[in-house]
Amino acid sequence: MNQIAHIDQVEVTGKDAITGYQAFKLGNFSITRDEYFAKVTWVAKGQEHSHLMSVDAFLRAIMRDVAWGFFYGWVNFDHVIGTQNHYGSVDFYAGTFNGVLKDAGVDYVENFATPKIMATFKAILHDWVNAGFDPFAAPEETGSAFGRKNGENIEAIDRYRIATKRMPSLEGDSPLRDDLEINRQFADVNQDEPLIHCEPGFEGQLGGFNLFKYLSRSDVTWNPSVTSVCKASLFCPTTEEYILPIFHGNDRVEWFMQFSDEITWDIGDKVDGAPIARIVMKPGDICAMPANIRHQGYSTKRSMLLVWENATPDLPEKFASGELAPYPVAF
Amino acid sequence: MTAYTTKFGSLKDYEKGSIQIVQGEATNYAFSNVFEVAEHATAYDKIVVGLNQKYVIETVRAEGQSVWYTASHDEFVVVMDGEVRVDFLKLKSTVNVEIEGTQLAGELPDGTPMGYVVLKKGHQAILPAGSAYRFEANDPSVLLIQTIKGPLSLEKWSEICLK
Repeated sequence: MNQIAHIDQVEVTGKDAITGYQAFKLGNFSITRDEYFAKVTWVAKGQEHSHLMSVDAFLRAIMRDVAWGFFYGWVNFDHVIGTQNHYGSVDFYAGTFNGVLKDAGVDYVENFATPKIMATFKAILHDWVNAGFDPFAAPEETGSAFGRKNGENIEAIDRYRIATKRMPSLEGDSPLRDDLEINRQFADVNQDEPLIHCEPGFEGQLGGFNLFKYLSRSDVTWNPSVTSVCKASLFCPTTEEYILPIFHGNDRVEWFMQFSDEITWDIGDKVDGAPIARIVMKPGDICAMPANIRHQGYSTKRSMLLVWENATPDLPEKFASGELAPYPVAF
Repeated sequence: MTAYTTKFGSLKDYEKGSIQIVQGEATNYAFSNVFEVAEHATAYDKIVVGLNQKYVIETVRAEGQSVWYTASHDEFVVVMDGEVRVDFLKLKSTVNVEIEGTQLAGELPDGTPMGYVVLKKGHQAILPAGSAYRFEANDPSVLLIQTIKGPLSLEKWSEICLK
């Protein structure tokens, strides 16, 4: 297990005698929780500053950041705190991408080697997620994050992104989800598989599966997982319910296609968070998320979304330098 | 009420979403609807609805039989509406790896039949590198193709996108 290999990098500063939760230090940040809130504390301009998040929202956000290995670009837990992935190291920041706090000079950002911040985030999840709370689930599907320490839910927090080489179900590739239950909100989704006929000698060279069935059995929300690989082009569909637990500012363009139902996206400026647009996507809609925005989605019914990524490594520098426009198409 | 209805789109029943702009331009988001694009498309035109550097998502209206296609790399198809049969040939000659994207494989490509797949709504199949493939649909159907921009890719953003 990764977290055991790096456990010595985690700085636990104490355990609260009343709530039973551990307190953590990450560089010059302190990270604590109580019955309702996660609290992040830092020093700027010689003075202590702090930020509180509802602990259920905090745990949902940190769960995604861990499961995605810090993902692409900026993972804003909310309008103040978050991480920026540098693919080998990670910034943890408070207020740096909030226009008001940044202008006031009260923000703080610190860079960490990826194993160090990953081990700390995993330790936070292991300690702070109680029995009965699944930070990967929608609120209607799981119990409470609140109150004093009450057991743990290791199984729920040890699920990561599916790694797929070409396509699930192909020989030597990631499996289908026939052993997972159909989600209650996808009970009406057709479960038939395609007909695949291979001529003798070509067994295993053709392949197909029911993608919508596969998605109907996803046991997590807001977790893009790869289902087809065309060089650096990755189809990463996911099932969405309630609110995307982070505000994602990508370091490259990505695209969304709505397979089912409806999602509303709040779009803000990537640097200062100012509102830019609200986008409503219905089945069959496809649109770009430009490289200069952050977005957060809302989905009332569990819905199927195709997230399309270009994993080419040198894209962040090209967007950052202006060599590439933040918008994918001019017309 | 405990039952949920999952809403998918189709050629005959889709509704395009919307953009509420606070600042900037709606065109920044290149927002289209694949059923609307397919509704107005010529059969087997490969219309680009997603572009990320050299990579594309194309929407194709499948109706009747297509020509044979091939590519030097894996491609993928997802059926969004209808039912489509895909026949495959293992090509005798190798496909030029210098060329990316979908290419025409010729009228009667020289190859060995590999088999076929029959895909309904929501089904996905791999179009393996170095094979030739051909689509067939009795009724108008809608395909998504994941590939690289190639000689057959058609861009008509101003016709398909919200402004």
